[in-house]
Amino acid sequence: MAKVLMKGNEAIGEAAIRAGCLNYFAYPITPQSEVAEYLAKRMPEVDGVFLQGESEVAVGYMIFGAAACGARVFTTSSSPGISLMSEALSYITCAQCPAVFVNIMRGGPGLGGILPSQGDYFQATKGGGHGDYRLFVMAPDSVQEAVEMVMEAFPLAEKYRNPVMILGDGLTGQMMEPVEFPDNLQKAPTNKDDWATNGMDTRGSDKRNLVKSLFLDPTALNAHNLLLKEKYARMQREDVRYEAYNTDGDYQALIVSYGTMSRVCRTAIDNLKADGVEVAMIRPQTLFPFPIDAIRQAVGREHCRLAISIEMSMGQMVEDVERSVQGRCPVEWYGKCGGEVPTPEEIMDVVRERLAG
Amino acid sequence: MGKTFAKPEALSDQHTHYCPGCTHGVIHRLIAEVIDEMGIRGRTVGIAPVGCSVLAYNYFDCDFQEAAHGRAPAMATGIKRVRPDLMVFTYQGDGDLASIGMGEIVHAANRGEKFTAIFVNNAIYGMTGGQMAPTTMPQQRTTTSPAGRDVADVGMPIKVAELLAALQTPAYITRQTVIKPKYIKRAKKAIARAFAYQAAHRCFSLVEVVSNCPTNWGMTPLDSIGWVEDQLLAYYPLGDKKTPESDEEVS
Repeated sequence: MAKVLMKGNEAIGEAAIRAGCLNYFAYPITPQSEVAEYLAKRMPEVDGVFLQGESEVAVGYMIFGAAACGARVFTTSSSPGISLMSEALSYITCAQCPAVFVNIMRGGPGLGGILPSQGDYFQATKGGGHGDYRLFVMAPDSVQEAVEMVMEAFPLAEKYRNPVMILGDGLTGQMMEPVEFPDNLQKAPTNKDDWATNGMDTRGSDKRNLVKSLFLDPTALNAHNLLLKEKYARMQREDVRYEAYNTDGDYQALIVSYGTMSRVCRTAIDNLKADGVEVAMIRPQTLFPFPIDAIRQAVGREHCRLAISIEMSMGQMVEDVERSVQGRCPVEWYGKCGGEVPTPEEIMDVVRERLAG
Repeated sequence: MGKTFAKPEALSDQHTHYCPGCTHGVIHRLIAEVIDEMGIRGRTVGIAPVGCSVLAYNYFDCDFQEAAHGRAPAMATGIKRVRPDLMVFTYQGDGDLASIGMGEIVHAANRGEKFTAIFVNNAIYGMTGGQMAPTTMPQQRTTTSPAGRDVADVGMPIKVAELLAALQTPAYITRQTVIKPKYIKRAKKAIARAFAYQAAHRCFSLVEVVSNCPTNWGMTPLDSIGWVEDQLLAYYPLGDKKTPESDEEVS
């Protein structure tokens, strides 16, 4: 298929349709409202469902209800909206329903700002809602990758019966780039008859299905959490994704960066290379599961003496980098937030200073 | 001679956990009878609330989802939008629907979502141990209004059926009770009518059922029925508050 020039938010909406997801519920919030505007026009053309809910709280449960009866369903929002959906995410994860949530991050905390940020790393990867649960979190660095990740997110959500979150930022949503919608990522929905509340007649069964998150018996709740824990461990075994950049050279420092921030880092790495300073990068494409082994191996190279987590947040991913490096070298952090994006020059200076320091 | 009285298929064999004298069991049975009579058990999805009836999913024998507190109407919306052919009902108490879930029920009703809400109003929080609800009567003593509900401080009890009937979208909104046999028959007719509107993809429907709570009211079951009749029904009058037909006549 030919490439088309599309805005990130619109491409995300189209990618979901190409992935066979024809059900979308959402509440408007900057900087991702274009997804809803695009799908308000597009869903009727494909006999899909578009509904603007009354709040992100309600939308979270519309997603839950639809997912629990077996439909492919997704929503998009931005940071404050994701906070409101986090209650539903806890319930959906406990009830083991597949669904896709896209977070086009803006600056926080509080109402924050409307410019790009990566301040929701903790919320996405460590929880946000209550209880022991994890989301499968993917972080695209371009509009093309956002399209591919959205298309992969549905089968992954179904594989694990767990919500998948696409963690982009305001730049991913707002910028225009050429994109191609790959046919080979279109996967048919899995059969959900053994658990979904899709009506006994639909599945030709006499046995009713129940979707719930209440376990009053402590032994049963502990057992359920162990089952979820094994599922998260399986994600770590089977579906870690990352990109290794300039890792063939004799690098002195390893940058770990994701999403929009990693693109700036790539430019900085190229410029440093031209100046004779070798720096490598591991770019996590999945933030949970985190590429722990890849980072540990990358810092194990002979001349690597420093790891730097570079983020558009005040040092969140750095904690995962530390637990990946496991003391093999010092781990530092650099970042800005609120809509400020570090420039390649700033990153080059930081790398030089820290290596000299 | 055949059986003249049997447990509806849509009810399970489980004993309920409800307190002696509580009417949840009667209301469950009426819903199950309507499901049986319409022959829709195989395409019905119920949604349990948070509150005394959180375990309602154990007592019905059809597909069920369990919601977070107050969110059942949003879940019902999600189901009906992606599967309009399924019959969906929410079962919610007054803390669930009229307090924490007021936003969800108002907007679901206003969008005209084609599901049926069964709203059990007993003027108190039951499961958490008898706290004040938005529906608690003036001067009624609860654990969080120990001197009686002070309406100057926390406002008057909310009449949910009337509030929802004020919306401009066509709907079937009715208030019933099941404290005596004569009321039970009427309540069943109302539930059947609500389900029939849904089956015809006609409109949103809500059946408020004024109920009792002998345990948290500190009364015998018999006294609690007297209190419903004397106090609650005087403030919460029974009857249809709105039908889609009446809306059409007006417009």
